[in-house]
Amino acid sequence: MYKVLEVEHLNPTVTRLKVEAPEVARKALPGQFVIVRTDEAGERIPLTISNYDRGLGHIEIIFQIVGSETFLLDRKKPGDYLSDIAGPLGIASETQGKNKVAVVGGGVGCAIALPVARQFAQDGAVVHSIVGFRTRDLVILEDEFKDFSAEFRMMTDDGSYGQKGLVTNALEELICAGHQYDEVFAVGPVIMMKFVAQLTKQYKVKTKVSMNPIMVDGTGMCGACRVQVGSETKFACVHGPDFDGHLIDYDLLMRRNTQYRDKEQANVQEVGMVCNA
Amino acid sequence: MPEVKKINRQKEKTPMPQLSPEVRITNFDEVALGLDREAAINEAMRCLGCPDQPCVGKCPVGVPIPAFINCIVRDNPKAAIKTIKRQNLFPAICGRVCPQESQCESVCVRARNGQPVGIGYLERYVADTAARENLEDPTRVPNPTGKKVAIVGSGPGGLAAAGELAKAGHAVTVFEALHKPGGVLEYGIPQFRLPKDIVAREVSKLKELGVRIKTNVIVGKSVTIDELLDLEGFDAVYIGSGAGLPTFMNIPGENFNGVFSANEYLTRTNLMKGYLPETRTPVYRAKKAAIVGGGNVAMDAARCARRLGADVTIIYRRSEAELPARAEEVEHAKEEGIKFQMLTSPVEIQADENNWVNQVKCETMILGEPDASGRRRPQPTGEYVTLECDCVIMAIGNSPNPLIGQTTPGLDLQKWGGIIVTDETTGQTTKSKVWAGGDAVSGAATVILALGAGKAAAKAINQYLKTAS
Repeated sequence: MYKVLEVEHLNPTVTRLKVEAPEVARKALPGQFVIVRTDEAGERIPLTISNYDRGLGHIEIIFQIVGSETFLLDRKKPGDYLSDIAGPLGIASETQGKNKVAVVGGGVGCAIALPVARQFAQDGAVVHSIVGFRTRDLVILEDEFKDFSAEFRMMTDDGSYGQKGLVTNALEELICAGHQYDEVFAVGPVIMMKFVAQLTKQYKVKTKVSMNPIMVDGTGMCGACRVQVGSETKFACVHGPDFDGHLIDYDLLMRRNTQYRDKEQANVQEVGMVCNA
Repeated sequence: MPEVKKINRQKEKTPMPQLSPEVRITNFDEVALGLDREAAINEAMRCLGCPDQPCVGKCPVGVPIPAFINCIVRDNPKAAIKTIKRQNLFPAICGRVCPQESQCESVCVRARNGQPVGIGYLERYVADTAARENLEDPTRVPNPTGKKVAIVGSGPGGLAAAGELAKAGHAVTVFEALHKPGGVLEYGIPQFRLPKDIVAREVSKLKELGVRIKTNVIVGKSVTIDELLDLEGFDAVYIGSGAGLPTFMNIPGENFNGVFSANEYLTRTNLMKGYLPETRTPVYRAKKAAIVGGGNVAMDAARCARRLGADVTIIYRRSEAELPARAEEVEHAKEEGIKFQMLTSPVEIQADENNWVNQVKCETMILGEPDASGRRRPQPTGEYVTLECDCVIMAIGNSPNPLIGQTTPGLDLQKWGGIIVTDETTGQTTKSKVWAGGDAVSGAATVILALGAGKAAAKAINQYLKTAS
């Protein structure tokens, strides 16, 4: 059992949990994830480690309420327990040896982008951060990004905060302004990553994306997390989660992510979650 | 005057009572119900007690078969369990899942004229009776040696090694990546073949012996082998991490929705209990499922799919004679209405407009000359058949998980990922203080071979720890 230490609702659908998991904290690196099982009847779901404290043995996870498991996680209070946390899993993001990078985060993907962006900065890169949200109320982690970003662009779909437009608008603007990025690191909705990759391919900028497909064990055993990377099938859990953004078959991934929709909807009803999104 | 042994001349095995196929396809209850006392004694009396004991020689862990069967004849299950446990810690498991027909029972003298003695049935009878009637002596915790051993993986090999090493007095910690101990016994083999309370019972007995089991620890990620040896003070490590990486065919369409590895399908069903309505892990309930492969895993996946409501066809590229699955599983699958499409090999998976699989295109095969495995090699004919289905489950094997190999300098691997052992009888690896066995070394095999490897390595580790300062 893993004790919940802090719960912070970052916006109406995104929550940050700080949890005691010393064995994960000891080895965690930016870009890695854990498998979480909330209770005995629950699913094993992958969640990115958004922060960790090796000394205290704590990790943080930030998640959006998208189904029964995240709904139940969101209801945890400090002092409650989670049945299982296993990790750290996946290969850590490659952050060393870069001069200048652009990190693009969309929605709750910012929680995955943040630790990687911070590590880029710590490893000596100039970091430009571009974050995008649907609307002002959903904005998360703004100050955290600003802490280390040489450039920071806030985009909202409706223009209620920052600039109106998509992350790709801001990224294109920066590229056209003459910024030469060694790498663009993008994480967010699959459709966003697809368009970021399309844009950067046009400008020939190396691009990494972080995949978050359906998983069960997270250790390479089930193969549920298959992604098509160029002509090869890769397992996001052991070969990723970061892949060359120009090689991913995004449409396939979007369709694969709908594979269990019926049961997911039944679960949502079962746990009494009201869908108002 | 010496006692004259009375032999039961009945040619057939005493039948195993089992749930009817109509009932069992509606639930996940155990199919084989076990022999009762009378039936067990009747079957035990079929054993000739051959002095050269061919059956024992074919048992990977050397169970003294005629001796324990003789205890059953004398209606002394307490002596029988003691006899078995000298060589095999997990008779309730082996009695259920061992391929007896290719091991002990394959050389039974009774099989020359009739059926072999039902050794598996009898082993199970002894284990179940002993558990039900509490016939085993209480666990004696041995004097501690002060040595620490780490076991990677809580599958059959890891548990066997843990048991042997704990009995020798070493402090044993088993690291398991999943949230529940048991490995393939838990995530792979279905409830209807191996009830999970049996796995739990064996695990709790190990705990009584002092074995610590740490779940949610992925060796190679949460901790490395070198850290276990250098920082955490373990004197030796046994790697029994299994063959965890599913193989796909690399044919077009394999990533369509509705195509699963058997590992995924079985893990969702067995470990996550996806078949129970009260759990939240989804498992796809197919209408028409095609299972690719002919081993035990294919049979397990097929029979799970059947119980989840599907019309099921097994697609296998050789013929029935080459099926690697246990004979009993094939027989049970057939009784349950599972169809076998032999000499057929998938070449492409096709999908509907929603990206969901709707048919498998297969090539018809013929059998050619025997290959390296001694089985006749399937050869393509250029003729194709198409099978409609909304689910394809790939059960064509697994390769070892790369996580340990990647993070353990000095541990040499085969090209295909298996851990190289320098001595097959002990499982010693190329790295000092590290032993390995089971599927992590040999590629996908059986529970009993993993048990045997775990036991052999435990013996070698024990020897090493005695001499190490």
